[in-house]
Order: sequence, then structure tokens, then C-alpha cells
Amino acid sequence: MIHISKRDDISFAKAWGIRIIAVLLSLVVCAVVIIALTRLNPVEVYKAIFDGAVGTKRRSWATIRDAAILLCIAVALTPAFKMRFWNIGAEGQVLMGGVLTAFFMINFAGKLPAPVLFAAMIVSSMAAGLVWGLIPAVFKAFWNTNETLFTLMLNYVAMQITTFCIVFWENPVGSNTVGIINSKSKIGWLPPLFGLTYGWNVVMILAVTLAMHIYLKYSKQGYEIAVVGESEKTARYVGISVKKVIMRTMAISGALCGLAGFILVSGSGHTISTSTAGGRGFTAIIVAWLSKFNAGAMILVSFFLVFMQKGAMQIASQFKLNENASDIITGIILFFILGSEFFINYQVKMAGKHKEG
Amino acid sequence: METGVNAIELKHITKRFGKVVANDGVNLSVRRGEILSILGENGSGKTTLMNMISGIYFPDEGQIFVDGKEVVIRSPKDSFDLGIGMIHQHFKLVDVLTAAENIILGLPGKEILDMQAVRSKIRELVDRYGFELDPDQKIYTMSVSQKQTVEIIKVLYRGANVLILDEPTAVLTPQETDKLFDVLRNMKKDGRSIIIITHKLHEVLALSDEVAVLRKGKYIGTVETKTATAESLTEMMVGKKVSLNIDRPEPVNPQKRLEIKGISCVNKEGITTLDKADFTAFSGEILGIAGVAGSGQKELLEAIAGLQPITEGTITYFPAEGGEEELSKMTTTQIRKLGVKLSFVPEDRLGMGLVGSMGMTDNMMLRGYQAGRRFFTDRKTPKSLAERIIQDLEVVTPGVSTPVRRLSGGNVQKVLVGREIASNPKVLMVAYPVRGLDINSSYTIYNLLNEQKKQGVAVLCVGEDLDVLLELCDKILVLCGGKVSGIVDARTTTKEAVGLLMTRNQRGEAGKE
Repeated sequence: MIHISKRDDISFAKAWGIRIIAVLLSLVVCAVVIIALTRLNPVEVYKAIFDGAVGTKRRSWATIRDAAILLCIAVALTPAFKMRFWNIGAEGQVLMGGVLTAFFMINFAGKLPAPVLFAAMIVSSMAAGLVWGLIPAVFKAFWNTNETLFTLMLNYVAMQITTFCIVFWENPVGSNTVGIINSKSKIGWLPPLFGLTYGWNVVMILAVTLAMHIYLKYSKQGYEIAVVGESEKTARYVGISVKKVIMRTMAISGALCGLAGFILVSGSGHTISTSTAGGRGFTAIIVAWLSKFNAGAMILVSFFLVFMQKGAMQIASQFKLNENASDIITGIILFFILGSEFFINYQVKMAGKHKEG
Repeated sequence: METGVNAIELKHITKRFGKVVANDGVNLSVRRGEILSILGENGSGKTTLMNMISGIYFPDEGQIFVDGKEVVIRSPKDSFDLGIGMIHQHFKLVDVLTAAENIILGLPGKEILDMQAVRSKIRELVDRYGFELDPDQKIYTMSVSQKQTVEIIKVLYRGANVLILDEPTAVLTPQETDKLFDVLRNMKKDGRSIIIITHKLHEVLALSDEVAVLRKGKYIGTVETKTATAESLTEMMVGKKVSLNIDRPEPVNPQKRLEIKGISCVNKEGITTLDKADFTAFSGEILGIAGVAGSGQKELLEAIAGLQPITEGTITYFPAEGGEEELSKMTTTQIRKLGVKLSFVPEDRLGMGLVGSMGMTDNMMLRGYQAGRRFFTDRKTPKSLAERIIQDLEVVTPGVSTPVRRLSGGNVQKVLVGREIASNPKVLMVAYPVRGLDINSSYTIYNLLNEQKKQGVAVLCVGEDLDVLLELCDKILVLCGGKVSGIVDARTTTKEAVGLLMTRNQRGEAGKE
């Protein structure tokens, strides 16, 4: 008979031991799957994944760039989810930030001095994200609408607005795309920092991550978010204005998503399209929950997910495999990592025969 | 004594949850036609033990015998098949169905339901044991005691010979309790065995043939009720002699502190939950609030705390310094900002007074974290407060950062009451302050309330144990169906008088119809 009981506590080393064993096991299972499905040498496939993600300096930087953006959105979502506000509208909030950034890049290139232009881009993109986050929050606070559907729907509205703007901004005319904005002058492009192309991206995002960590852990507002998330009744009982907290938190969450939109347009893609956010708004939800809202874990998880994505592209081209092959590998690894949490929380014993039975 | 076999016998039953031993080598037996009380403080493992008989848990060690044969109970269905039925503290009924429909719910049967046969079988059970029940009444129109009747008949209908009742009197008035005991005695005469879980001593003495006592998961022993007294049972239960008298100092210089005039509340469904309540609370007095569960106690306290909107009436606070403040026009935050100290210990402790997943420090912070203009929180003050409460009230916790959800009910209560008292209230409202507490902790809380009373605090205490209210309070306000059906002097009134007030209105209304 199998006996399952909840663990009271587990040492740090033991918990990580279990996680590492889970990852190793998952790689073994992946190897079996790879052999069974493709008859390829799994070690070669693993090598290709590494090669694709961090094989060259350029590839490494692409991985870091994309992981940073994913991290930024996950950090932005964290306060909302901690408040148990199911914000699945990051996609739209990011896109709105991106649209406003593109607007300034296209219309004010050369008309404003660089610092003013950047300030305008940052402020406006954050404001746009803020508004996009605040709308469902206001409805939730005053009329108790369902935020999940509301934020989801706003994603489509944001896409339509983007499509609408592209009509005016398309370059070359008739292409129905915006193309690389200011590709010659590079006006409105985030400049390299310390000679690193994506230096500003990384610095800004790490700063935001650290600030969010401190905000949630040590500030009064962060404390209010935790109380509202755990129990609205308790919050009301101690006199916290739940409405105010919901709106304030979603404003912050939306604004940071807007900032991610700015970084995407000004700091990496230099263009705008309906797929600028590219599903990151949803992937970031996984990052946030998988990390249990721990900032350090979020850095690792977002890096891992992007690493596997980049690796996927590599094995797709190198072995002429479908990109989904890597999705299977990612899926198996995630399954094992999540599954290991069960063994961290519970103790499983194989009980022998009943003594007196 | 009859020579009949034991209906149920437990031998060396042990159950562990992680490191916690909930039951440690418990031996127990019930004969046919016998009522056994299982007595023990909260957390002593009574419910765990019964859950193993009813198939919810599986014992780690030990044997269970039913009618002399060893059995393995792996699921509630196994337990039912052996003729064991448990009536849980929280009823499991479908509100929109009738009593009869609830009783047959989930039973196998033919394609076509013969409700006539069902009804007659129910009536037969009702008559045999002296219940009062209309099989066609819908559950949502029933009182708590009627719902309990449905639960008991549900179990009997399935042919249970052994009935386990978990704290059945917690929700009943004294009169309803007497009626339930009559019914249980009838069942006993009919040869059924009854196990009743309780921590109320006088009920044990009034009803049962034998008492089994548990203490901290250990089986202490079984005694014949005839030979036992309240004192001897308490000693077995607690492990040392305990004085069962509650102190009641005379009020010193009582002054009007809180005046409630004609307040009413309406819930979401539009039903009046509080109906033109009037009363005055004085400083230096403990005002008890009695009533069947759900008679408006919660609404009354919440209305005063500003959590519950009132549709009419006024709530006025008279500070010791003079003047008056109308609380009914303020929000919770305003009431607090004005310095009007209403410390409120809500009945829903983990759902309302505390945040279960947070540690003691963070829970202390719920009060007063907003003080000052700093952006960041101050965790030092709440941490030292948490440590002081652990010291003063003997809270058992691994540390100030352990989530309070993991503490036992009694410790959670101490944390909450300790925090509320720490804010130096002028009016202290507590709801079921000792629910789930062991005897020693209960007396700690009574002393704390008396301490507050001596300091001139007006204490409002909603309670469920009338014996305690009668000993502790100066006055008792009785609520019935949202109305104040009477305010009596606790020193001169009797339990029966309060019991009658608890049901007076219902009868009055029934008469009018």
C-alpha cells in the first residue's frame, strides 16, 4: 500500500536535490522520446539546443534580450496575480505601450531632442499600459465584472488599434507593415550601454524586477496587495479600501506592461505589428506562477523558457524537425519540474504489510 | 449489564499526520443499546478517531471490530455497509430539495421512484423515535435543528445501527437539545448504539452510559457516567485539577458607552437579518449576546464595526471624555480614524480577522500598519507585539513567521484576541471567543475579558454556551430571528428563561399565520 502524507518542512538542500533529480530524470525521458520518435542521437539534439540558445555571442544576446522582456512582463503581472486579479491582458497592455512608442518614434523623429523624445516615449507607453490595465480594474472594483474575460477582450481591442495605426504608418506604402522604424537614423532606438546592444534593456528590467521585489515585500502597499489577495473580507475588516487597492495595483501592473512594450519597440524590434507582443503576455503568466512570484525564480524560469524556444528553432533547422519537437521536450521538462513540487510537499512511503493485519 | 457483543471495538488505533500523532493507541468499545460519549478538548483527536470509523481516514495501526468481527474500512461506503452512520457538524444537504429527497439521495433503487413508500418509511422512523419532521418540507425553510433531524433520519434510513454524532448540540437551544436527547434515548432502547462527540460536561453526564476520555491524542480511560462528576471528568480531560468557576467582578461606575436605536439590516437576498434592534452598552460591563446561530449576532456586531450597512436606526458612541459620535454614518476606516476603538473579534477567525497564510507578525500588522507616512512597513513593532502575545497567552507556534493557518484553533483565537486587546479598546466586541479552545485557554480568555471590563471597557460578547454566558456576563441580550427578544440580568435569570427567549419570536410568528 502506498502511503502519502504531507511534509511539515523540508531542508533547502533536500528540496533542491529533488528538483535536480527531476530535471535529470526528465532529460532521460526526453532522450527516450527523441530516440523513439526521430531515431536521432539525443545527445546531438541536446547539443543543438545549447548551440541554438547560447552557441554564439549573437545568439546568447538574443536569448538574454528575449528572456529579459519575458521577465519584465512577468514582473509586471506579479502584483496583479498576487492580488488574485486574473490579468490575462498583458498582451494588450504591452501592445498599447508599443503603439505609443512607435507613434513618437515615427512622428517626432528629429523634432525633439533625444532625452525629451525618450522621456515622452517612456511616459506615454507606461500611461497607455496603465489605462489598459485600469479599465478592467475600475469595472471590477465598482461593478464586480469578471476581470479574466475583460482583460482578454481588451487584447483584441489593442490589436485592432494597432492594425488601425499601421494603415497610417505603413512603410513602404502598400506593404501593410511598418517596417524598421528610422532604420537609417536610428532615432528613438535605445542606444547601446557599455558597448552592449541590449545593455539598457537588461539594466532597466533588472531595476524594475528589484524594485517590484522590494515594493511587494517591504512597502505598505505591497502588504495591502497580499491581504486583499488572501482575503478580501479581512481587508475590509481592517479598513483597507479594496476598490482603491485593485485600481492602484492594476495601474502599476498595466504601466509596467506598457514599459515592456516600449522596450520591445525601442530596444529590440524597432517596429510595430499586431504580433509585437507575440504571446509573451501569456507565457509571462506561466513564468510568474511557476516561480511562485519569487523574483529570483522568475529570472531563471524566463531564461529557461526562452532558452528552449531558441533551441527549438535550432533543432528545427539543423535536423529538419518540426519546431514542436522542442515543445515536447520543454513540456516534459516542465512536467517533471512541476511534478517534483508534489514530492517536496508530500512524503510518499511504500508501506509494507500491516503488522497486526 | 447486557452480555451483548460490542457493536464497535477499537484496539490500539494510531493515526499520524506527519510528525503529529492525532491518535495514539486508542482502545474503545460500544455495546449495543449503549450511549458512549467521547470527551476531550479540541485537538485531542476525537473527530479523527470517529473519521476512521466512518471511513474518511485509514488508521496507521490497530484494528477495528464490528459486531465482534475484524473489519477493514477503506471508504465511507464500507462504513455504511457495516451499519455505521456519522452525522457531521456541518450538514451536507441540498437546500432546494425536500427532506425526503435528501434522505434518499444517492441510494440505489429502481428506475421509477416510489416516493410514497419512501415517505411512509420515513414516517415510520419519525414515529418510532419521536422526531418531528415533515418529509415534504424543503431544506431551505428549515431551522438548524430540523436540518439536523434530516441528517439523523438519513443515516437511520440507510439502516445504521451505530450512530456517531459530532458535537450535535453546538447549534441547538437548550430545549432543542433536550428533545434531541429524548430521541437518542429512544434509539438506545431500540438497541442501537450511539457515540456522541462533545466537550460539554453536563451533556455527557445527562445522556451517556459511559464516557471515554481522550487527551492530546492519547486514550485516558473509560468511566461509567454514574460514577463520574464534572470535576473528575475535567481532571481526566485536562490532566490536572481545574477550577470551573468563572470570576465575575461587580461593574465599577458604569457609564453609557454605546447606544443602539432601532437598527435593521437586510442581506443580499433582501431578507431582514436584523430587525429594529435597541440596546445600550455600558463601560465596565460585559453584555452577553445569546441566540440560536444565525439570529443576527454577526450582523449586529458588523453593523457596529461599520462593516454592515444598516437600513435604519442609529448607533451612537459616547466617549469617556464627553460628547457623542454617530458611528452609523461612518465607514470602518472613519470609525478607526476618529480614534473610536472598536476591537472586533469576528466569528470567522481565519476568513476575516486574520490572514491564514501570513505569519503572526504580518497578522499583527493588520492593525496599525497604516500609521505614519512612511512608504515602507515597520515590522519591528508588530514582531515584538507578536512575541509578547506568545509569551503572555502561551501561544504554541514554531515562530512568529509560521502561517497562522497551521496553528490549532485555540492558538489562532489567542492570536486574534491578543491583537485586539493590544490596541487598548474602549468597546471590545468578541464573537464566540472560546470556540475551539481547550479549558485552560478558555479561562485565559475569560480572564482577559474580565481584565478589560475592570479597565472600564464595554465588552460585547456573543456566545454559544449559555452556562458560560450566565456566569461571565452582567447582562444578556437575547436575539431571535433578528429581533431583540429580551435583555435580562445574568445574575438572576435562568438558562430556561434565556432558552425560551431564544425561540419566542418564531413561535409568535407561527401563531399569527
